[in-house]
Amino acid sequence: MNVLIYLVPLALLLGLSGLAGFMWTLKSGQYDDLDGDALRILRDDDIES
Amino acid sequence: MAETLDLSQFVEHANSGAAHMTLAVDGVACAGCIRKIESGLTGLPGVIDARLNFTQRRLAVDWRDDEIGAADIIQALERIGYRAHPFAPERAEEDDGRQAKRLLKCLAVAGFAAMNVMLLSISVWSGSVSDMTHVTRDLFHWLSALIALPAAAYAGQPFFQSAWRALRTRQLNMDVPITVGVTLALALSLYETAVHAEQAYFDSAIMLLFFLLCGRYLDLAMRRKTKVFAGNLASFKAEFAHRLDAKGELTRLPISGLRAGDRILVRPGELIPADGTILTGSSAIDESLVTGETVGRAVAPGATVYAGSTNGSGAITLKVVAAGTGTLVEEVDRLLEKATAAKSRTVRLADRASRLYAPVVHSAAALTGIGWLIAGASLHTAIVTAIAVLIITCPCAIALAIPAVQVVAAGQLFRSGVIPNSGDAIERMAETDTIVFDKTGTLTLPELVVDDQSLDADLFERAARLALSSHHPLAAALARRARQRVPYAGAIEETGSGVRAPIDGREARLGSAQFCGLGDMPLPAAGQASCICFAYDGRTGTIPIRQSLRPDAAAVVTALVKLGLDLMVLSGDRPEAVGPVADRLGLRQWLAGLTPAEKIEVIETLKAQGRRVLMVGDGLNDAPALAAAHASLSPITAAHLTQTQADALFLGDRLAPVLAAVVASRRARSLMRQNLALAVIYNALAVPIAMAGLVTPLIAAVAMSGSSILVTLNALRARLGVPLSSSALADDSRTAPDHGLMASAADAQCPAFAGHDHVEQNRIRMERVS
Repeated sequence: MNVLIYLVPLALLLGLSGLAGFMWTLKSGQYDDLDGDALRILRDDDIES
Repeated sequence: MAETLDLSQFVEHANSGAAHMTLAVDGVACAGCIRKIESGLTGLPGVIDARLNFTQRRLAVDWRDDEIGAADIIQALERIGYRAHPFAPERAEEDDGRQAKRLLKCLAVAGFAAMNVMLLSISVWSGSVSDMTHVTRDLFHWLSALIALPAAAYAGQPFFQSAWRALRTRQLNMDVPITVGVTLALALSLYETAVHAEQAYFDSAIMLLFFLLCGRYLDLAMRRKTKVFAGNLASFKAEFAHRLDAKGELTRLPISGLRAGDRILVRPGELIPADGTILTGSSAIDESLVTGETVGRAVAPGATVYAGSTNGSGAITLKVVAAGTGTLVEEVDRLLEKATAAKSRTVRLADRASRLYAPVVHSAAALTGIGWLIAGASLHTAIVTAIAVLIITCPCAIALAIPAVQVVAAGQLFRSGVIPNSGDAIERMAETDTIVFDKTGTLTLPELVVDDQSLDADLFERAARLALSSHHPLAAALARRARQRVPYAGAIEETGSGVRAPIDGREARLGSAQFCGLGDMPLPAAGQASCICFAYDGRTGTIPIRQSLRPDAAAVVTALVKLGLDLMVLSGDRPEAVGPVADRLGLRQWLAGLTPAEKIEVIETLKAQGRRVLMVGDGLNDAPALAAAHASLSPITAAHLTQTQADALFLGDRLAPVLAAVVASRRARSLMRQNLALAVIYNALAVPIAMAGLVTPLIAAVAMSGSSILVTLNALRARLGVPLSSSALADDSRTAPDHGLMASAADAQCPAFAGHDHVEQNRIRMERVS
């Protein structure tokens, strides 16, 4: 069972990075306009051609 | 006219010369609108950034102040086809936004911790029936503690703080038992871990927080949604006033920028923007929104006029007086204060449940502990069992079930064109057994309707086209019926009399009887507000202009009676105007000519008979009655003060939302009761098990999540059984309650494709709103 010594912290670290990612998306306002973002994703006029 | 627009109160300036403004945009319906608005504005010189929030229908614009002004931006939007209204967010709305972010953060932390602790807990549970050593189990318990304790300290803050606030004022709320339960569960688990015991409740405590935070967030999300919507509507409705400065120059500014003592000009046909006394000019004003009276009142210098009335024939200048100093307004304010104080006594279902709940749960836990001690168990066993009772009874069902029903029901109401102002509005509307209607603007449409049978079709069309050149409110009703929307060239409006224009070389006149050479004006007959006269080429005629019932009023009234509700009309208008309306709807109980105080008196009498009254009204004179009633509804066209008193607003020309509100809220209430019953059943099953000391962390986890999922699923049933009115509303695209916010049905007529037609549509819609 010694493998747990590094597997558990590794799993927690992965989980924490997910949590940190969520906090970042929240902070950068990605949940402020959910309906708008659903429509914006279909726009392609922001692609430089 | 060279008139400057003053929007300074809405613009925020940064040091670098950059300015920022938020606008509520009407008519945004699809992806095309986003692109059109944003690229249309960023293409302007001086505009730094424009970003449309599609969910809230709000546009944030940044620009350099020296290159372009706020007024230019609004004009540019209007050219593209969107009506934008400067918007100052209210403090309460900003606070809610911050609160929602904080709850989401707590929710994320609690969710993360709950998942990881559960991962460890399941290992322990399965390990305890296989080959896990106690060393590994202790490691897992310590790891759980490491995750759960900081997470609970962070994610539990909303509950801890609220419980502390309640305790400091010597009160109990739902958060007190939550705080006690979570803290004790964590403390017990920590102790058990330290003494190498087999069981710990870290997973229960943190999962409990997660479920409760879900309930909190749902509750707040619903309130935010309705607040944003109401905020936008308020800014769409916001009128502009013309302020006269000392030199006699005019500035156009939003009403909220007016101060007491300002001099303002009100042109014929305009809404009077503020309470005031007349300095110069005389006119007849329509006070139907204020008093319900449909016949205009003649006013002269020195007279007091109220905000919300419509100016009739003559231009007047007013001196603005501080809000609430007119005799009528003072009276309304005084009555409001009394009525609102009485209303705060009603208790929400959830609060009632939680008041019962905390003492029962805490004494059950205490009894369990004492019982086990008396039965000869060790102190440790007694405390562990008592805490298990607390954990298993933690109020997930109440804290999650009622908000979940409210959110689903509020969404349902939204789709039917009803905007609830508060969560408990739904509960109170469901309890009502009597509906009291106001007449003017509630049973009848807020705007006047002309009778087109009174004249030949071609003569009528000429009259309607001529009416396009007039500012008079009666003429506006006629002008709406013009098929060709082009005013005649050379039309001259003679203030106070009418409008005349040459048509095909012969003069046509539209206006008062004298003006058209018809002698004395005939008195308005019953049910008619007024007449307008027309003379052309030797032919003359009078066009009756009257109020018309909302198109589905009769059907809705029948349906409401079928639901077992008692209906009544209380109006401030004359008996001869109220009687025919009540007759046509088959309402036998009606009272006319009531003052605001008399309306309250009637409602108090009904209350004394044990009835619960739903008041539906729009006038300023209805505001105290709305506050006094058990629940209240207002059409969106209502006076501002009235809207703030109403529990819910409804949109559109139809009365159907009233029916939808009653049906949907009754359904929601029965679901809330079902959920509470489920919670009681759950406790009745689980508490004896807990008291017997048989609850393991596994049973606690299964029972808690199971009951939470059950009540949430039950809440979703509020979506089933769509109220009949939503389909009735949708088939009338002209009155679709979209305002750009409820866009589902309005996509077909998206302004991005319809171009300038849309401005016209919006203009008509705005007229209807104001």
